[in-house]
Amino acid sequence: MSYGFVYQFLFYLFGVTAVASAAIFVTRRNPVAAALWLVNTMFCIAALYIMMDAQFVGAIQVLVYAGAIMVVFLFVVMLLNLGLPPSVADIKGKGARIVALLAGLVMLAEVLVIARQKLPAELEWLPRGTSVTAPITEPLFRAYLLPFEITSVLLLVAIVGAVVLAKKRS
Amino acid sequence: MVPEALFFSAILFVIGVVGVLTRRNAIIIFMCVELMLNAVNLSFIGFSRLYGAGGQVFVIFVMSVAAAEAAVGLAIIIAIFRHHETVDLKNINLLKG
Repeated sequence: MSYGFVYQFLFYLFGVTAVASAAIFVTRRNPVAAALWLVNTMFCIAALYIMMDAQFVGAIQVLVYAGAIMVVFLFVVMLLNLGLPPSVADIKGKGARIVALLAGLVMLAEVLVIARQKLPAELEWLPRGTSVTAPITEPLFRAYLLPFEITSVLLLVAIVGAVVLAKKRS
Repeated sequence: MVPEALFFSAILFVIGVVGVLTRRNAIIIFMCVELMLNAVNLSFIGFSRLYGAGGQVFVIFVMSVAAAEAAVGLAIIIAIFRHHETVDLKNINLLKG
């Protein structure tokens, strides 16, 4: 599988933008600014999905993650009036930073080890003119039918749980 | 481009872990968890280029679980805020001995 120069350039552009936005996101103090940078990361990840032949998942990423989940986050930030940066620093002390640094280094080392493994050859692209949803729905409604149904129960439980938790006790 | 996608996924996951470990604002910690889920989704999509569309199905499951988690988690945060008037984890130490 060979890729053109423009494809590779755009892939790296979106990947680097996603990583940079994520790095800015974890260092922002203002929760609203952090949430908006995270939305930028999610848009870039959606672009990567589409470039890797997962167009349907890319669209769902924009609609569900960037559109719905992050709006809920922003809604809660503004409902609780946390839009202003806190007066005290909300970054933990030295100990937590060292633990985080060590955890990050261990995980990066693990990733480098995994990256040296030999990967199988990539599959061919979908032929032009075929539906992009058909390859997903076929396993979703056959091999993974039971998990799919369980997911609907999970969503129902989550809805009821969220309403009960957030309701004011009278 | 699969190795590159796995590389970006790993970096995003590590950024999420560092955020969870170092921040104290409960909502930002939640967003870091979402970032980690996104990173895992990215590697699922990368592997679906190698092994077929099953990875994309798993991404859809992860997204629905993430949506449920965000709804319940934010409801818990609202309940905690009613009690403590803060979402700073430093002040939420009810279970600390």
